[in-house]
This record gives sequence, C-alpha cells and structure tokens, in this order.
Amino acid sequence: VPTITTEVVQERVIELLRTLGSEADEIDGSTELQTLEVDSLDLVELGQIVEEEFDVELKSEDLSELRTVGDVVRLMVDRAS
Amino acid sequence: MKRRVAITGVGAVTPLGVGASTLHTRWAAGECGIRDGEAGCVDFEPSDFLSKKQIRRTDRFTQLAMAAAAEATDAAGWSEALPCEPDRMGCVIGTGVGGIRTMQGAYKLMYGGGRGKVSPLTVPLMMPNAASAVVAMRYGLQGHVYGIVSACAASAHAIGTGARMIQAGDADAVLAGGSESALIDLTFAGFSAMEALSPTGTSRPFDARRDGFVLGEGAGVVLLEAESTARERGAPIIGEMLGYGASCDAHHLTAPEPDGGGGARAIARALDDAGLGPEAVDYVNAHGTSTLLNDRIETAALKNALGARAWEIPVSSTKSAIGHLLGAAGATEAVATVEALLERLAPPTLGYEEAEEGLDLDYVPDGPRPLEGNGNGNGDGASGQLVALSNSFGFGGHNAVLCLGSAR
Repeated sequence: VPTITTEVVQERVIELLRTLGSEADEIDGSTELQTLEVDSLDLVELGQIVEEEFDVELKSEDLSELRTVGDVVRLMVDRAS
Repeated sequence: MKRRVAITGVGAVTPLGVGASTLHTRWAAGECGIRDGEAGCVDFEPSDFLSKKQIRRTDRFTQLAMAAAAEATDAAGWSEALPCEPDRMGCVIGTGVGGIRTMQGAYKLMYGGGRGKVSPLTVPLMMPNAASAVVAMRYGLQGHVYGIVSACAASAHAIGTGARMIQAGDADAVLAGGSESALIDLTFAGFSAMEALSPTGTSRPFDARRDGFVLGEGAGVVLLEAESTARERGAPIIGEMLGYGASCDAHHLTAPEPDGGGGARAIARALDDAGLGPEAVDYVNAHGTSTLLNDRIETAALKNALGARAWEIPVSSTKSAIGHLLGAAGATEAVATVEALLERLAPPTLGYEEAEEGLDLDYVPDGPRPLEGNGNGNGDGASGQLVALSNSFGFGGHNAVLCLGSAR
C-alpha cells in the first residue's frame, strides 16, 4: 500500500476517472462529479481499484455524500487513517 | 387492413466494411471479407461512433449495433428530430449470445483472483438485451424495447416483430436488427466440437464441396416506420416490409426437419402475410450457411414452398462473402436484400462451382444478376416493385422469413 497523502490519492483518482471515460479538459479537486457524469457504477469500479491499491473501501451509496473529486479524495484519506 | 410498414433507413457493419452500401457494392463485386478462416469487422473503429465512456460501458456487440443504428437513423433524417413521440418508438435487437466476450473476460478474472475481481459492469455489458437498451437510450426510444434470442434466426425475428409492433399500432417507428461479436475461443471451440465450422475456413454455400460455415461478426439495423408517418414527414422510403413468417421445426436441437417442412412453412407464411404468391418473388436471399445439412434442406424448403417458381429465381447467400454472423445474420442479410432491391442487382454466391445432386436452383454463380421484375406480380416492368425473401434458420429449429419489397 503506497503512502496515503491527499496528493498521492488525488493524482491516482483523477487518473482513474480518465480511465473510466471522463473526457474533461481539466480535472482537479474542485471538479464536480456531476460534470464528469460519474454515477454509481463508476464509483463501484473506482472503489474496486482503490480497495486493492490503497486498502480503502468505496461503496455506491457513498455517492450521495460526494459532490466533488476532492470529496472522494478526502473520504479515502479519512478512511485510511 | 394492416398498416403498411416502410423502411426508411438501413445500416450495417460487416466483415466487408462499415456501411450498408459498402456491403452491397463489395459483395456484388465478388469481394470476400473472410480472412484466415474467420470474418471479423477489421475496419470498425468504435471511437468513430462512441465516446470513451460509451465504449467502456458496452460490449463489442453493442458497439456494432450502435454504429449500424447510427447509419440507419442518419439515412432517415433522425439527426435533426425524432419522427414521433418517444413513447411511440420501439427497438428490437436480436443476438445469438450477446456479450460473450465480456463474460469470458470476467470468468478469467474470477478464476484468477476470486469473485471480488469481477467488474460491476460485467452484467450490464454481457446481457443479451444490452444492445437494445443502449440504442434506446441513445435515441430516447421509450416504447416497446427488448432483445430477441433465437440463435441464427434472432435478428430476422427482431425485424418481423418490429413490423408487427407497427401493424398492431403499438409503435409508429421501430429500430430493428441484430448484432453479434463472438469471435472468441469459447465459440470457436464449441462450434468446432459439433463439427459445424468449416475446417478449411471456406464459405461456399450450395457447392458440393461445402464443409461447414465460417464464423463472422457484425450488425445490421433497419428503421421501420408506419408508411403513413414516413410519408407525412417526407422521409426517404427505400423499401417496404411486406410480410413476415415464422415457424419452429420442433424436431431436433440442431438438425433441421429433414424435408425442410419447417422452413417451407415460414416461407409460405411470409408470402401469405404479404398477400403474394410464389410468382411475385424476384429474388431469394438464402440462409445458405455452407453446411451440408442447411443448404440441402433449405433448397428443399424453397422447392416445397415456391413450387416451379423456385427454379426460376436467383437465390444467393450473403454468407459466401461475410461468413455466418449468427444472431446478426438475419438483419445484415435483410439489409443486403434491401440494397439488392434498391440497386436492382442480386449479388452472387461466391465460390459456387460444383453442383450437387438435388441442389439444382439458380444460385447466381457467375457474378451479379440484374433484377428486372418478372411481370408476374408486384415487380412488373423496369420500375415496378421488386419482391424478395430473406430466410433465416436457427439452431433450436427456429425459422424466420422476411418478405421485402423495393420502394413503390
């Protein structure tokens, strides 16, 4: 498991969002998930990958509390600590 | 009186390339899309039709259907506005096995690393109704939408069912067709084990030397519209769905009824549904798989249903040029038939050279044949309506026959 810092997690989450199909020009912490068309299926896929890499769980029901990319990163960092 | 069903657009992705007219032109020119014993759609690039996210969320069989649907709807002028209320539009896409490539991939992941390795997209990608669902989402079709599963007759059943929706008043427009992408080890192994595939990798329907079919992939979609609706909006009418006949052999899991009775009943029903007799038929697009049994029994079925007329009309097999597209065969062959009627030209059965006793119909062996209308029915004169049959027979004894007409 890599060192879990906000920077490391954010870089990886953004990379994964691109893999999942987001074609936005720029993605950063303030980018809203809605504009990236991230839905529950994406979050479960994302969760599957980060669980393996960072040993942190993400579930589709978390989506209701998440508005931005930064929210996803914060939740992961919180759960890791 | 039944509502007339117009065809206002067609689309196809086949081993001969992207596009319905590409299929007709290249097949009529004697070109074959089979390479090394299989027929893949090597010219198909999903990103030409779908966003990155759509590609990630679809199996290849759905991607092929999306491309064929895009061509059909573009041709019918849907890009500006839909022709009727969303609730009055349907979609029926047939398939043999749906997202079997996705399923095979998921199995590998699961057996390699446990259930937790299986992607949440596995089920929505592999489900056989995925193509219908995704095409419906793309165009906002909110009426009758589902898939049809009847092996190699699936997409002929889909087009027949789409026409029935319109005739019954359940829809005014239906995107109907089929899609298949099963060029994976499991499919090759399964068909090989039952000795259905050609060990020489050759598709030569009706020829005495035929030794099995060649596996192919692709998709075909036709846009069916109530003729009144199509005329009201000034849509280009390129053909007509005149009749539909279906039957089941109820005889054997894979072998057809020995005397071709099941196929003959479906042919007779399609003609009866169209209100036409055998003398009206100008062309037959055969199921013609290049297997020993099918081609013999299909020939018997044609003689049985059409009588003396069977010997007078050109009968050719699209599978000689693109192999067997399984659940997509009926639809791509319906598209090929619409194009043949539009161009008034029947493409040939490629590779046909040696006759077999009893297989004595006109299989169009030597290049394309002009269709001129026969003066016996709808097809009178150089500009009269031409009439064709497109046969599809599937494992399980499923028979579906479409009677198609050129635009009147």
